[in-house]
Amino acid sequence: MISRSDIRAEARRLTGFFQAAGALPVEADILQPADTLLDLYGEDIRARAYVTHDPLRGELMLRPDFTVPVVLHHMQNGKDEARYTYMGEVFRQQAFDPSRPSEYVQTGYELFSSGELAAADAEVFALFQEVLSPLGLRAATGDIGILMAAVRGLATSEARKRALQRHIWRPRRFRALLDRYGGKKPTPVARKALLQAVAEGKNVLADSAPHIGLRDVEEIEARIRVLVQDAAEPPISPGEAEMLDEILNLRETAPMVLERLRDLSVDLAALAPAVEQFARRLDALALQGVDADSLEFEGSYGRTTMEYYDGFVFGFYAADRPDLPAVATGGRYDALTGMLRRKDNTGSFAAVGGVIRPELVLELKRALA
Amino acid sequence: MTVKLGIPSKGRLMEKTFDWFGKHGVTLRRTGSEREYSGAVADIENVELVLLSAGEIPRELAAGRIHLGVTGTDLVRERLALWDAQVSELIPMGFGHADLVLAVPACWVDVDTLDDLDAVAAQFRDRHGFRLRIATKYHRLIRDFLRQNGVADYQLVDSQGATEGTVKNGTAEAIADITSTGETLRANHLRLLSDGLVLRSQATLFSTRSETLNEEDRATLRAFVARLDPAGNG
Repeated sequence: MISRSDIRAEARRLTGFFQAAGALPVEADILQPADTLLDLYGEDIRARAYVTHDPLRGELMLRPDFTVPVVLHHMQNGKDEARYTYMGEVFRQQAFDPSRPSEYVQTGYELFSSGELAAADAEVFALFQEVLSPLGLRAATGDIGILMAAVRGLATSEARKRALQRHIWRPRRFRALLDRYGGKKPTPVARKALLQAVAEGKNVLADSAPHIGLRDVEEIEARIRVLVQDAAEPPISPGEAEMLDEILNLRETAPMVLERLRDLSVDLAALAPAVEQFARRLDALALQGVDADSLEFEGSYGRTTMEYYDGFVFGFYAADRPDLPAVATGGRYDALTGMLRRKDNTGSFAAVGGVIRPELVLELKRALA
Repeated sequence: MTVKLGIPSKGRLMEKTFDWFGKHGVTLRRTGSEREYSGAVADIENVELVLLSAGEIPRELAAGRIHLGVTGTDLVRERLALWDAQVSELIPMGFGHADLVLAVPACWVDVDTLDDLDAVAAQFRDRHGFRLRIATKYHRLIRDFLRQNGVADYQLVDSQGATEGTVKNGTAEAIADITSTGETLRANHLRLLSDGLVLRSQATLFSTRSETLNEEDRATLRAFVARLDPAGNG
């Protein structure tokens, strides 16, 4: 049995390692304002986090992770470049798997840097690999940025690209949209009837029920215009859809993947910047002493873990313990910082980091001993 | 000990439950005054009747404080996580039919499917700066359904009653609620999404999976259920 004090000691050891690498220790409240997290993550976070209520402060959440409070801390700190480390409990509801804990300690490292992105990605990955190296873990990596670039490069309307981008983290809806845009699925009956009526010059709104609710007539008309434009859009070609599938299904060592992606970017020029970013990252990893040649890469990795990962993503797993969740996960989340600064419209900044579960580190260490 | 049978304490659901048991050869009756929540099971030894709110029956079954219970499938799925690990569905009783559905204003002529709802949610958030609100009391079922179908950019707002009125009152853009005929939806200028059926519910006899009964009581329970469902095809 691993005691709580053992876990905290291990967490301190890990944060000590990150401090030695230049990180400032940072604390975060356990009770976080719910509205920021809900606005960012949507309704799903309610199913994962504990929501509670304060008579004066309204809805609060038991800290489901450190990412948001650390980003907010950095925004107040005002510096361009900074490294942070933290440790503490996070709380997650478990509605499906009673064996998973509802409360566990996390240790993390976050790097905010306006410098070279590849170098920052490599720095974070190399630190995690180093501190976890005695455990002999399997590293998985991916790059959501490549997928996003592939969608941006499709020969289709901006509206369709935006819709696909929005659902990169929801594979099922992404697939449904891609099938519809590719003409694989017929237009729904009601949509056909609506488009027909509009084409015949009928005022489709005049015959409808009385208007109720906040969504006004102008918004309904705007969406009908979007639907009419979309119906005139030629289908996404089977070749392009196959290319997206090929990227999603990539599962090879990083150099092989790089070669394949360079081939693909001959036909899809929009892919090139993301592929070159990937190449620079592999070089930066090699400079940090990581054996980039044998690094595993999965095209779909990170798609379902966190909505705002939008570049390099990684995880460390105990290969002979498939029952355990990832020992560590991380990645680049520039998009999240942009969402948090949406209100004052100051744009996103570069952010990459990751978390380790000290309890799992201890459990694996003891199994090795 | 005795086997405890929990049934809804009020209204048509209670009356129909009494009728259903009567037709299956078991007489349930209320004891005490009209207002007192107590009852009895005639003809069968060691089965005790407990009258309680239909909404509390799932929780009481899961805890093993009652061993058999009549309630809607919607309530069991909404209130119990991993519901089928906590209770068994024994006999669908053929009444109390209700569908849990998603509905939008009928004037949204551009919205017919979940795909449309998702697109409108994105448009709405861009335009209004907050997520499209769906009023419901079935938070778990609706959230799971929308996640499985990849709908984003919405939020649930709690509505414990008169949910169909929330859109007109400006507190929600869409609703998710139980309907049997759709009459109330239509009267409030709402329309079902063509793929917005979340769950078909009906009154159902459940048993607990918690192990709070001794061998003798388990035999009583089996004999009781066999009498209600002689063909064993419930």
